[in-house]
Amino acid sequence: MTSMASHSPAIDAWSGQVRSLENGLSEMDFLVPGMHCAGCMRKIEGGLSALDAVTDARANLSTRRVRVRWQTGAKNVENIRAAIESLGFDAAPFDARLADQGDNARSRSLLRGIAISGFAAANVMLLSVSVWAGLFSDMDGVTRQLFHWISALIALPAVAYAGQPFFRSAASALKVGQMNMDVPISLGVILASGASLLETMRGAEHVYFDAAISLVFFLLIGRYLESAMRSRAGEAARNLLAIRSVAAIRIDEDGERRSVPVEALMPGDRVFVAPGMRVPADGAVAEGASDVDMSLLSGESVPERALAGDNVYAGTLNLSGPLLVDIKAASEDTLLAQIARLMEAAEQGRAGFVRLADRIARFYAPMVHLLAAGTFVGWMLIGAGWHPALMTAVSVLIITCPCALGLAVPVVQVVASGVLLRLGVLVKSADGLERLGQIDEVVFDKTGTLTSGVPDLVNGDAIPIADLALAAALASQSRHPLSQAVAVAGAGLPMPKLEQIHEVPGYGVEGILESRKVRLGRRDWVVQDQSIAAREDDSHSGPDLWLSGLDGSARRFLFHDRLRSDAQDVVAALLASGKTVRLLSGDREAVVAQTAAQLGITHWQARCSPADKIAALNALSESGKRVLMVGDGLNDAPALRAAHVSMSPASAADISQTAADFVFQSESLRPVLHSIIIAHKARNRVLENFGLAFSYNLVAVPLAVLGFVTPLIAAVAMSSSSILVTLNALRLRTGSGGQP
Amino acid sequence: MTVLLFLIPIALFLGGLGLLAFLWALKSGQYDDLDGAAERILLDDDDDDENQSDEGNAPPSA
Repeated sequence: MTSMASHSPAIDAWSGQVRSLENGLSEMDFLVPGMHCAGCMRKIEGGLSALDAVTDARANLSTRRVRVRWQTGAKNVENIRAAIESLGFDAAPFDARLADQGDNARSRSLLRGIAISGFAAANVMLLSVSVWAGLFSDMDGVTRQLFHWISALIALPAVAYAGQPFFRSAASALKVGQMNMDVPISLGVILASGASLLETMRGAEHVYFDAAISLVFFLLIGRYLESAMRSRAGEAARNLLAIRSVAAIRIDEDGERRSVPVEALMPGDRVFVAPGMRVPADGAVAEGASDVDMSLLSGESVPERALAGDNVYAGTLNLSGPLLVDIKAASEDTLLAQIARLMEAAEQGRAGFVRLADRIARFYAPMVHLLAAGTFVGWMLIGAGWHPALMTAVSVLIITCPCALGLAVPVVQVVASGVLLRLGVLVKSADGLERLGQIDEVVFDKTGTLTSGVPDLVNGDAIPIADLALAAALASQSRHPLSQAVAVAGAGLPMPKLEQIHEVPGYGVEGILESRKVRLGRRDWVVQDQSIAAREDDSHSGPDLWLSGLDGSARRFLFHDRLRSDAQDVVAALLASGKTVRLLSGDREAVVAQTAAQLGITHWQARCSPADKIAALNALSESGKRVLMVGDGLNDAPALRAAHVSMSPASAADISQTAADFVFQSESLRPVLHSIIIAHKARNRVLENFGLAFSYNLVAVPLAVLGFVTPLIAAVAMSSSSILVTLNALRLRTGSGGQP
Repeated sequence: MTVLLFLIPIALFLGGLGLLAFLWALKSGQYDDLDGAAERILLDDDDDDENQSDEGNAPPSA
């Protein structure tokens, strides 16, 4: 193995991701973010299986990963990656260390617990119903005794197995001298099972096996829903991380190109960046010319030109020409990594948040224990004897067991995140909805958030039709965003016939019209006589393009970044609902002021650095405000972490999507408004559910304390309250749930 | 009432079969990719055959 590694450093570099299996096979997971349909799966699986070395390829559509097995050998990782890319998909080697196996295992063991406790609960309930019916008819003591023993045989092992998540959590809480909801749950379940076993041995009438096991069943459902939400959120976050660590193509001293992980890059290395690839680390261009999309870093939608000697930064996208880049900073020193560090520091702002359920548990758990202990002592004092006193205390514990509470929050959250998913909003953090329900200020970033981030031709009407058509004919050959805006503006016009159209990366597009050279691009490239350019009025603050026109003159095309179509409505609706709306932008003052005025936003701040944004958010949170931050650029990522809760559009930088609690997929801004409304509704449902659960306790607890609660009443009360909170949560889905 | 002595074990056995089937399905990864499983039904069978024959053509593992 070592000799092989020395021949192929690239394989060695991926060793963290490759798993060696028996039979000389290797296995590795690739993340393929673009895979989202049956056709993609078939293409990838088929394409990979066609490779000689590959023995098995299996795509997982839920996690967007492909597991590949192949015969261990040189360069196979690169071949497989190249094969996936030749099928038209981006592929990133997925680091197995990134995958939280624990998450998956936890979900599975919860599902196993649900299955086992569900099976046991159903069968024990069947027997219990017979016993309850038998109390009013002719069931004899022996049959009842038999039923109790069978119930015990089914329920006790099931409780011991399925109840473990609660027992373990309660034990670890008690170990550090704390109380959580699992302490009364565990106590209730264990005491109910234990006391019922004693009762069975004594041949008594009442046992609580059904209550104990169905408690575990209901609570496990709530626990599973919570864990499913959490792992879905985590999955999305990990996939984003994996994309960032995608390979770089290093040009080694022997002139050979090798694909290596980004972490392996050292200052002084030379890398090749093809058009469409992201720059792997900060460096300077050694050869080549291109346009680089800097929107990740600056939020600026217009690409910058990169020529030999220019600096390029990790995470920026190479648009038009191939580049050779000399790396200046190792991956942990890059601008990207600095922002990531700023983000980690900002995260502490959220540490003070305690979930509603936990806050309630803090006083609920001790209260329940006092109540049960008080019942036991009270019945002892009036001379009832330890046995009836214990059974009454157990019934108090069962009645107060926070079964409905355990379901109240997760069911509402799952229903609400389902509604949001249909509206195109992905809930990325488990408690994000709860935090979103509390906000009273909304802070927007400008470029790419309030605006579409796509430039728009402003002065189309002022340009002669023939020139516009000529420009559109040239522009249609380029992927530069300004060219595409021109092409859109000129669509439908009769295009002149051009020859030899080609793009000059970093400058513009050039072609031959009736043996005359025409150009569309940067001013200094198109306009030979700079005095013409100087005469143009320069009040326009946005980007521009120049065309060498038909009559020999130069035409100027002006662009601006258009507001999202419904930005005005959304801001107005937010203001109307009593929220303060702010605008924090890295852009120039004049542009920000103009946007703010258009939207009716009175609080705005221009020229904000990432640190300025954090400072502004911290100032707000110190004055007691709870802020929703909506942003998309890499420069927003730390602010997204610092805010109470955050959203970002799906067009945002990967790292911002990682940082945000919600990601919305839409051309419009309306999902922001919808999410706030649904989060409010969800919060109301949770509070209502707590109210329902408490009022049920208000009725049932006195009965239990006084000793009137039989297993039948306990079972009916428990199931009905659980069903009630679930139904109340489902109301979110119906009626006006999806509408603002 | 002796019929109960048969009926209860039979009921438990049948229910247990269902439980075991679920646990097997969980263990064998049937729930790992719910989205993919929903889409796979749309794939053509003959394409799967092709894939299998491709795999068959691959050299045996060392």
